[in-house]
Amino acid sequence: MLTIELEKKSVAYRKKILYYIKKANAGHTGGSLSCIDILNVLYNNVLNVNPENINSPDRDRYVQSKGHSVEALYVVLADKGFFPVSDLETLCQYKSHYVGHPTRKVNGIEQNTGGLGHGLAISAGMAMSAKMDNKDYRVFTLLGDGELAEGSNWEAAMLISHYKLDNLTAIIDRNTLQITDRTSNVLSNEPLAEKFAAFGWAVKEVDGHDFAVLSTILNKGAFEKGKPNLVIANTTKGKGISYMEDVLKWHHGVPSDEQYELALKELAEKELLLEIK
Amino acid sequence: MEQGIPNLVAFAETMEALAAKDKNILAVTSDSRGSGKLVNFGKLYPKQIVEVGIAEQNLVGMSAGLASTGKKVFAVSPSCFLTARSLEQIKNDVCYSDNPVNLIGISAGVSYGALGSTHHSLHDIAVLRAINNIHIIVPADNFETREAIQLAAQVDKPVFIRFGKRPMYHLHNSNTKFELGKGITLKNGNDLAFIATGETVYHAYKASEQLEKEGIKCTVVSMHSIKPFDEQLLLEVADRCQSMITVEEHCINGGLGELCASILMQYGKKLAFKIVGIPDEYTVTGSQVDIFNHYGISEEGLYKVGKTLVEENISV
Repeated sequence: MLTIELEKKSVAYRKKILYYIKKANAGHTGGSLSCIDILNVLYNNVLNVNPENINSPDRDRYVQSKGHSVEALYVVLADKGFFPVSDLETLCQYKSHYVGHPTRKVNGIEQNTGGLGHGLAISAGMAMSAKMDNKDYRVFTLLGDGELAEGSNWEAAMLISHYKLDNLTAIIDRNTLQITDRTSNVLSNEPLAEKFAAFGWAVKEVDGHDFAVLSTILNKGAFEKGKPNLVIANTTKGKGISYMEDVLKWHHGVPSDEQYELALKELAEKELLLEIK
Repeated sequence: MEQGIPNLVAFAETMEALAAKDKNILAVTSDSRGSGKLVNFGKLYPKQIVEVGIAEQNLVGMSAGLASTGKKVFAVSPSCFLTARSLEQIKNDVCYSDNPVNLIGISAGVSYGALGSTHHSLHDIAVLRAINNIHIIVPADNFETREAIQLAAQVDKPVFIRFGKRPMYHLHNSNTKFELGKGITLKNGNDLAFIATGETVYHAYKASEQLEKEGIKCTVVSMHSIKPFDEQLLLEVADRCQSMITVEEHCINGGLGELCASILMQYGKKLAFKIVGIPDEYTVTGSQVDIFNHYGISEEGLYKVGKTLVEENISV
């Protein structure tokens, strides 16, 4: 998919994320907006997965370790036809399958996540299985930067490089904020690239909102043969809505009616700009 | 009663037999290949064993990923670490995500004896009982262990199996049927019932022999399947026996005894009832035998409790 089409899709996705969070009166707004461009590129330009092959043993796998940004995942999966987008009207409602974190009750979701620090080890098992069976599917997982304080990530990081799982790509949505404060104040994870490199990973650092760069890098295959791949995607929490960008309270803030209208207005302006581009 | 081999060895032998027939059988270990008696397995099937190092969270998380792709995974680690350090991985990655990992808790209960409470797993049954979507099996002897492992390889659900490392006596004859969710009745007597699980079944059986010499007729049940649980058998035994003792190598909080008590109470059964297990404390120092003896999980201890319970019940 061309970059301009991806850009348009991201505006549409952002509208839907806000609509459903507003409707549910709940959701992880800031993180969904920071990772939506990454999910857009993954599902529209990278992953070999669709409603027809979702049960195929050869499909690519995506595990969302930062499960709280589920609204972004729901919106993209609906767009890809895994379920009708209207299902999301029930988000977080009594008896809905659309829970506030990913579950396999929803078509297209590989694993139940939400507790942080789980996605990397699960992905390791999937990637190792591919190596055992000489399958060429790839495994992607998205982590938050705050999530890296969980020690289980580092257990998995060691294991993945030990077994040379170069069919696995971890993407860090490095929006530099977590629920309490800036990640550097809560528990610094820097120097991030050097840490993963020291753990035996091939590391690339990119702009997590640059569709062309993300498309190129995520389609590249192994950055270095025999090494797992880490993409540090520098993102902005709340990206795309001016008053939410890089503002802590939007971690799981729900916009008021007035704020919602303002957000829609900004997205409409962005849409217009893209039309004439 | 003839002595067999440790259940641990019976497990390892069964794993070798299973792996020979199915290349999807995998043993995943956390530096526990030796403790799990899987060194020979590793030599025979080097492509079917995965080492993760001393990292139990990783053990379970990556086992869930492997199982999600169709591998028949046995994650093998001392039960104390497997069911505490990696509890969230068991809950979320295995059970909630429905990845059919077989969690093998080796050297369970107080098998590690004098190594102390860090190495005891007296919580494992209780915590896993409170997690949805997992079968819990506690085999008593070599036969039950082999059957449990074979069953785990077939069922498409998470399974937890825990056992110890001491040689066990053969409790069953060749006609015995092993089924998930069904206890096995070793003898039927109507005065006193021992509902026991795991390595304690042998001690209950030996105690029953002493009691019978004094005219107290005993039922002994090996309740290997903790979840699903054989409510029907428990209720049948409660209907025909005057007294009941539950026996487990586990903390009395949340284990077999409390499970039985809750069922009996809810069905309105009234009988003399006693729970024998490890009390809510860090255990006395000693070998597994010492600890069993200290808390009365022994032929002598169970004989005494049985005799007292029956006599008190008669006097009432």
